[in-house]
Amino acid sequence: MNRSLRPLLATTAIFLLAYLLAVLQFPGMVSTRVLGNFLTDNAFLGIAAVGMTFVILSGGIDLSVGAVIGFTTVLIAVLVMWLGLHPLAAFAVALIVAAGFGAAMGAAIHYLRVPSFIVTLAGMFLARGAASVLSPDSIGIKHDFYTAVSRSYILLPGGGRLTVIGLVMLAVFLFGIVLAHRTRFGSAVYALGGSETSAALMGVPVARTTILIYTLSSTLAGLAGVVFSLYTSAGYSLSALGVELDAIAAVVIGGTLLTGGYGFVAGTFIGVMLQGLVQTYIVFDGTLSSWWTKIVIGALLFMFILLQRLIFTAAPRRKAAPGQRKTLWTA
Amino acid sequence: MTRPTAELRPSSSPPAAPARPVLAFLARPQFLALGVVLLVNWLLFPGFFDITWKDGRLFGSLIDVLNRGAPVAILAIGMTAVIATKGVDLSVGAVMAIAGATAAVMVTSGQPAILAVAVALGVGLLCGLWNGLLVTALEIQPIIATLVLMVAGRGLAQLITEGTIVTFTDPLLIFIGTGSALGLPTPVLLALGLMVLTTLIVRRSALGLLIEAVGVNRSAARFAGISAGVLLVLVYTFAGFCAALSGLIVAGDIRGADANNAGLWLELDAILAVVIGGTSLMGGRFSIPMSVVGAMIIQAMNTGILISGFSPEFNLVVKSGVIILILVLQSPMSASLFQRRIRAVKSEGGQP
Amino acid sequence: MQPLEPGRAVLEAQGIVKTFGQHKALDAVDFDLRAGEVHALLGENGAGKSTLIKILTGAYQPDGGVLRLEGAPVTFRGPLQAQDRGIGTVYQEVNLLPNRSVAENLFLGRQPTRFGLIRRKEIEAQAAQVLAAYGLDIDVRAELSDYSVAVQQIVAIARAVELSGKVLVLDEPTASLDRNEVERLFDVVRGLKARGLGIIFITHFLDQVFELADRVTILRNGRKIATQDLAGLSTTDVVRMMLGKDVAFDHHPSGLGESVRGAPRVTFTGLGRKGGVAPFSLSMHEGEVVGVAGLLGSGRTEMARLMFGIDTADGGTVVVDGAPATIRNPAQAVAAGFGFCPEDRKIDGIFGDLSVRENIIIALQAKLGWFKALNRDEQIELAGRYAEALDIRAADHDMPVKLLSGGNQQKVILGRWLAIDPTFLILDEPTRGIDVGAHAEIVRTINRLREEGMALFVISSELDEVVAYSNRVVVMRDREMVAELTGENVAPDAIVQAIAGTLPAATPIAKETQP
Repeated sequence: MNRSLRPLLATTAIFLLAYLLAVLQFPGMVSTRVLGNFLTDNAFLGIAAVGMTFVILSGGIDLSVGAVIGFTTVLIAVLVMWLGLHPLAAFAVALIVAAGFGAAMGAAIHYLRVPSFIVTLAGMFLARGAASVLSPDSIGIKHDFYTAVSRSYILLPGGGRLTVIGLVMLAVFLFGIVLAHRTRFGSAVYALGGSETSAALMGVPVARTTILIYTLSSTLAGLAGVVFSLYTSAGYSLSALGVELDAIAAVVIGGTLLTGGYGFVAGTFIGVMLQGLVQTYIVFDGTLSSWWTKIVIGALLFMFILLQRLIFTAAPRRKAAPGQRKTLWTA
Repeated sequence: MTRPTAELRPSSSPPAAPARPVLAFLARPQFLALGVVLLVNWLLFPGFFDITWKDGRLFGSLIDVLNRGAPVAILAIGMTAVIATKGVDLSVGAVMAIAGATAAVMVTSGQPAILAVAVALGVGLLCGLWNGLLVTALEIQPIIATLVLMVAGRGLAQLITEGTIVTFTDPLLIFIGTGSALGLPTPVLLALGLMVLTTLIVRRSALGLLIEAVGVNRSAARFAGISAGVLLVLVYTFAGFCAALSGLIVAGDIRGADANNAGLWLELDAILAVVIGGTSLMGGRFSIPMSVVGAMIIQAMNTGILISGFSPEFNLVVKSGVIILILVLQSPMSASLFQRRIRAVKSEGGQP
Repeated sequence: MQPLEPGRAVLEAQGIVKTFGQHKALDAVDFDLRAGEVHALLGENGAGKSTLIKILTGAYQPDGGVLRLEGAPVTFRGPLQAQDRGIGTVYQEVNLLPNRSVAENLFLGRQPTRFGLIRRKEIEAQAAQVLAAYGLDIDVRAELSDYSVAVQQIVAIARAVELSGKVLVLDEPTASLDRNEVERLFDVVRGLKARGLGIIFITHFLDQVFELADRVTILRNGRKIATQDLAGLSTTDVVRMMLGKDVAFDHHPSGLGESVRGAPRVTFTGLGRKGGVAPFSLSMHEGEVVGVAGLLGSGRTEMARLMFGIDTADGGTVVVDGAPATIRNPAQAVAAGFGFCPEDRKIDGIFGDLSVRENIIIALQAKLGWFKALNRDEQIELAGRYAEALDIRAADHDMPVKLLSGGNQQKVILGRWLAIDPTFLILDEPTRGIDVGAHAEIVRTINRLREEGMALFVISSELDEVVAYSNRVVVMRDREMVAELTGENVAPDAIVQAIAGTLPAATPIAKETQP
């Protein structure tokens, strides 16, 4: 059987089992209302996690996504509330800025031959800093468009609401799945994660692909920021703190190998939903405290890293060719 | 094979040592950078270098820089050893929170403070040991191995504090955070003491050399009979200990354990301090005192930004600028770009 | 792919020169490949074959000389361009993507798309069709790493031929294949030969050369020794050309072989490792050099790695100075007084960023442990002593060792082991890739150490060198110790015959090596 499917199957099984146990304990969790909230509450995380999936598939990591989300919310708030731009125009500006930011990070990673974690760390500082330079305080957004968006949803049978931002996340996942598995870019991403040397010898445009990967990740983080802005109707430089860690956890729990090359965008969706399930369970339980989320996610992360080691060490590992970057990862 | 060779017959007299080692040490770019930052601070705030003696201790902005920089300096001491082995520890910020929470909860539940401190440091050692075992026994890449504790650690800290900010009035913990001895704030003394002690230990024993050997070439280290595994566990455990000590200081400073915010992002500051101090992320040569200087540069910038009236978050922009500058300067490309330009000038219109 | 006219030169190289620093890797080498032939390229490590291949496939640019492709001069800016022009390469470590499907590996970079979407069905159909021509009927949707190395090699060949189609370079393609898989691969290669491709075949298995190749070019120390039809050659001729005489040494000192043996210092009994080297027994005596001869890949390095605990033996015992010893890792080996100068200096030997002094004292320091640190004065004294004894030429001992030449780096590693005052020293190709002067000095040092009573185990590809210092020579072939030569037989001719497998039955493998 395809080796890379195993972690995904494990995740799916764990999710279904966990959901079943939760439903047995709290039958209320089976409603479409809960499911609708699931999607809405985790929309920004899911969108950012799709970008992170591509980055991790290629063998990199992006620590800047939370900061880019925060920056985007502030930028949108400033553009809408202070400069009077229409939210849609503000969204476009924000996405373009985010894309440029990601392209710059990708270029730095490729051309300066620096490990991605250090470049995106600088990116994180820069984005958070820039956001607070724009406005250190939270800016509330009041605009008809925001009200309209928050009022539009698809009513699901059972009273659940599929909101606009929930739909955006689903669309992004679909887009991500097609991009990963049906395009040359997607092939190139997997190729980089498999072996950069081989990929280069086989004609994969390494520089262009690397830059595009980080552009994609930042753009999706920007889109997550748009969604977060719609979700909270505010712009705050410290919003979405630590989302990069949640996104990384979602990707890994979703079965993507942290060292790259193996994984599925769809798995990330389950990873995000599993995190949502943990949170919802804690809300339903009432006696458990919120910090259990982090502990459970950490435990799941550890479990999956361990699982990956067991599955993938049995496979013939290729020697890293000299001159490959990311040497920091293979101490 | 393409390396340039530098072979000379050994001269009859051994090569003269640098005439003034202290001067050569101080001429490093890090000290220059620190000097420039301090000078800018002085220009912004003429009283910057004033130091006064009051109530048996020193006061002044400079002392403040030392004091505020101490937690990151202590983290950087542990991080230096980890990075020298070609690793990295992302969990130190979370470990700080765990250690602070442990001590705070213990003293508020009536345990003796000295025991609380010992247990908190012990918990730090355990966290480090966990990381070290993941890196060696399970051979997980350091960044990934330590990510687990980075994600779960804050949850654990909150579990210990049960989600509240646990405040305390224990004199020993407060002394660690805000007290003073010998005229200096306790954190400064702790950082200085740890720096001197660690430097002495690694340089007087063979540990420093062996750590560098493992970082420079793990395979050659194995062939030379060095047991890298034990050494790696040791450095991660030590990093955990440093994180716990730093966590105690931060908790003592605010007289409470804040599981959410204690040590937040400080792992990144610590990595930055080490890199500024000149230890390569690729492992090898390291200098603990220089990492401490790196931490002081970061803090001096923080202080400068604060006194010049910018929002503290502006720091982040400056920090990112510093990282980018260092990356560009250290990258192989800037060297080759420079050479290529020279070559291009030499062979005008030549084929690429 | 248009059929090529057989016999016509498809790729030629004339007077190729390549230097790295001061080291001349290739010195005016000529090479020509005809359409429809399999041309074997032979030489020991450091002979220059990988440099030549990298020039032919565009990975390196030559410093001098001309490349001609179908008669027209060409320069390749990189492997991709060479590939586009018709030169495909398949490496020993399959340079494909183990994490992707077979079909994708065949079509990566040129997948047909519609509206930007890859037409996967079409790719899969085409891939199955392409592979059928190579006798492979496999599920092309499965991950490449699900298949054996042999299948992966054939997929790599298929990709190279589909993309390039004039020249196929096979760089050690059979190194990790079993006999049946080799046959299968050879069938594919013969098929391609019949289709008119020019095929360069690099291997260290001589029998395979004779089985598959039409002509052979032999390189040694960066020079071409010969290009000949294989029809008129014997294995012995080929081995002799590969290992021939480059540096003049003193002849085998008379009586060396018969000299009175000292006490056994290290005895290995039944040491072996599955997939590494077949169990062997060997005893090294005081003041004795045991030379190891055998071609690359014959298991000689594996033997040394087992002795030093780098690879863990499946079974067998070790006795050091009469007492049983456990050696399961290098640290234990060092503790037992073993030293090992590895073949690959850069990867396994030197600590590039550390100083000459630190590189010399590091093994002794590892042996002493964390807390018995050598102080600076002791370090300086030790480094000074061994630098002088071995004539290590460095401006000062605080400079990074990476700035020294290869020969001096080798002496630093040798000094590192002498500093622990070893009972037993293993040297794996101690003279490879270093200049002639340093070469002679290292040989002198080996002789001196023997005279001082050390037991040494020296692996070398240079026969005259082995003969110059060995009391005994063990010969490795196909990961097995096949002969142990003593006395009169420690001579180049006997060694060549033993390697080639034509040794007279009069000198059987000495199974009994214990005293």
